[in-house]
Amino acid sequence: MTAPLLQVRGLCKAYGALIVTDAVDLDVAHGEIHALIGPNGAGKTTFIALVAGEVAPDRGRILLGGADVTRHAVHRRAQAGLARSFQVTSVLPAFSAVENVALAVQAAARRSFRLLPAPGSDRVRRAHAVELLAQVGLAAKADVPAGVLSHGEKRALELAMALAGKPRLLLLDEPMAGAGPEEGRAMVELISAARAQCGILLVEHDMEAVFKLADRVSVLVAGRLLASGPPDAVRADPAVQAAYLGEAAT
Amino acid sequence: MTRFAQTLGLPLVLFLLLAAAPLWADTFTLSLLARAMIFALAAISLDLILGGAGLVSFGHAALMGIGAYGVGILMAEGVSEALIAFPVAMAAAGLFALATGALSLKTRGVYFIMITLAFGQMAFFVAQSLSAYGGDDGLSLAARSLVAGERWLRGPLAFHYTVLGLLAAGALLCGALLAAPFGRVLRAAKDNERRVRALGLDPYPYRLVAYGIAGALAGLSGALFANLTEFVSPAFLSWHRSGELIVMVVAGGMAAAALKAGGLGRPGSALLGALLVVLLEEALSDLTEHWRIVFGPLLVLLVLAGGKRARGGRT
Amino acid sequence: MSTTLVLVQVLNGLQLGILLFLVAAGLTLVFGVMDVINLAHGVQYMLGAYLMVTASAVTGSFWLGLPLALAAALVLGLVLEWLVIRPLYGRDHLEQVLATFGVILFVNEGVKLVWGAGPRAIPMPEALSGSIRLMDGLNYPVYRLALVAAGLAVAGLLYVLVTRTRAGMLVRAGASNAPMVSALGVDIGALFAKVFAFGAMLAAFAGAMAGPILSVEPGMGDGLLILAFVVIVIGGIGSIRGAFVAALLVGLIDTLGRSFLTDLLKLVLSASAATQAGPALASMTVYLLMAGILIFRPRGLFPAPA
Repeated sequence: MTAPLLQVRGLCKAYGALIVTDAVDLDVAHGEIHALIGPNGAGKTTFIALVAGEVAPDRGRILLGGADVTRHAVHRRAQAGLARSFQVTSVLPAFSAVENVALAVQAAARRSFRLLPAPGSDRVRRAHAVELLAQVGLAAKADVPAGVLSHGEKRALELAMALAGKPRLLLLDEPMAGAGPEEGRAMVELISAARAQCGILLVEHDMEAVFKLADRVSVLVAGRLLASGPPDAVRADPAVQAAYLGEAAT
Repeated sequence: MTRFAQTLGLPLVLFLLLAAAPLWADTFTLSLLARAMIFALAAISLDLILGGAGLVSFGHAALMGIGAYGVGILMAEGVSEALIAFPVAMAAAGLFALATGALSLKTRGVYFIMITLAFGQMAFFVAQSLSAYGGDDGLSLAARSLVAGERWLRGPLAFHYTVLGLLAAGALLCGALLAAPFGRVLRAAKDNERRVRALGLDPYPYRLVAYGIAGALAGLSGALFANLTEFVSPAFLSWHRSGELIVMVVAGGMAAAALKAGGLGRPGSALLGALLVVLLEEALSDLTEHWRIVFGPLLVLLVLAGGKRARGGRT
Repeated sequence: MSTTLVLVQVLNGLQLGILLFLVAAGLTLVFGVMDVINLAHGVQYMLGAYLMVTASAVTGSFWLGLPLALAAALVLGLVLEWLVIRPLYGRDHLEQVLATFGVILFVNEGVKLVWGAGPRAIPMPEALSGSIRLMDGLNYPVYRLALVAAGLAVAGLLYVLVTRTRAGMLVRAGASNAPMVSALGVDIGALFAKVFAFGAMLAAFAGAMAGPILSVEPGMGDGLLILAFVVIVIGGIGSIRGAFVAALLVGLIDTLGRSFLTDLLKLVLSASAATQAGPALASMTVYLLMAGILIFRPRGLFPAPA
């Protein structure tokens, strides 16, 4: 059996006296959806930022496909196959939806340092981008500036951009947040479909979605992993019930 | 058709007007237009990094001045050939841009503005201290540069079309750069740098290369300016002139947006801005030698009343 | 290169450093607290000098003129804040650069109209004219020493003001987190206006004090403004302490470089090469210092806490 896709070992991060990540170990395997849940302020977003490389850890190691990326910058981890969506959606507002994805396509193809236009290969990449947009149900919005898309549409666009790079690992930070019931259902399906291509680390508050999607659930409370395991076992864990699910799942 | 009018209509109209100018313009007007076109070349190169990449560079006049001094110093040393002097001027300005850009581009926001300003001022003081080449007083050129040994640039008509041709080439190059995959990264990093990094792209090398190219083009415009005035002086590198170049770019962006023909970082807007500002300065200075007392408040009003959220500032 | 000559240049460097600090202090506060880049800060230094020209002429006294000029500079600072700066809060830096550049063009030209294009002088106060013997063969003008002393006193005062008073605490808090200060129920608009006008007055104080030893002329603030930028970049945006350390550093290095670099180069180069290269290199020293510090400390020597 090969090593898990993502291995996090003893990861620590503190801001002054405030410990936000406390000796966290966590794995994500290929084809697996590993959900990270926990109350507000538990340190979930910091954890995502640590894995993505936006925040440097104080201690601990992060391995991607067996290679140590702990000290690698954001863009190098992305090149190594890590893609993400943001808690607050992050698209290129002035670019049209298809241009957003086209940028992701050219980044993945390592064709960005082309100083002069090449209409031929540009058309190919654009066609690929349109295909990806169709996959997430945005084909009709290809030429709309991303800044004026609805919230749910921006979420879907982020997913299309992430998938453009054929990532090995997908970090999804609250992909359901602010989505309507219809958009939420569509997003669950999209994430479920993406599982075939990569491993997914999913941070989410929508427990229904979490227990529908996740193969494994970890509970983060005050920076510490309280429990980790199959969804049913975690749901039944009395410590988790007391600390978190008790109130959340009333 | 509308899409065409929005992207290429404005530059096409402006270039046609400039190409037809010798049909009606007298020598004085031609030299004024040459001045405007030379500044337009510098403004277009600035717009590549300011409008295109969102980098508020406040040292662009220094790059132009380095180009001008390149021509001046070579001529003082006996090299009058433009085919040598112009590439040297471009290389000198481009290398200066690369060296200072390598540092400045590590910073952002107000730091970037202040550091480009400081490096520009450094070049200014160095020009002032070149006692062998006129120092504070500047350096007069013996004549205009030769082209392949010919005194081609002496005639106003030939000079006009040379400048116009180089301006068109510069505008095409900047337009192509921004339309290419390279330019897409620049524009995207201006829009949302965090997203660009998350896609696996580090904006730094893209910005640095754009900065170097902009520097070389500014150097070319400086080389032309030295030929127009047959004189170079430290004042060419003054930060006031850098400010004027920014004004050209931004005012052009606003005017083009008002005409519904693009905006900051779009083809033609910097060209329009340079023409507007040079002609406005000329008109105002005809009225009064204290024209800046009108120009300054105009600028303030333009900003305060104008674009509520003019794009471009990198914060 | 005698000891006395070095000492004189060190004192001159301190003097430039003090002037730079007075200009940079206001500038760095306005950056740090309001996130506004104010290019017009240099003209406030110039206006201080010109106001002093008039105030000292009208009152016939340096000592009566000084408070009058400072009060006028404070009022002008408030007017500028109200007219131009306030609408620029929260706008992007490019717009701030353009609008304050417009202010520079206007004020530089306005000064020519009001006071004439030629240089003007501010008479030196009677009590501070003359020289004092510091050591054998070294006489130094009293006024210049007084300038350094006054600048140090203002720096000390500023330090107490920023670290020990409620207003100073708010300013420091505002520099790192303006919304938080606003949430405390502080009128952030009024605080900004006060900080801006106070900064304008500090710059004017520098201009007024420099008047008797420098020539008062249009554009006199421009060069100092850019050196003040270098100071802020070296010191770290928003840090008064950083501005102080960096200002003295820049003042000393610039002055000593211009005085001695050519001579130093003669030790390693031929005399003619040194005379050529010396002045060019001397004018680059502070910028090279800035570049060097940026490589190792991209956010300056005393970065504000993020």
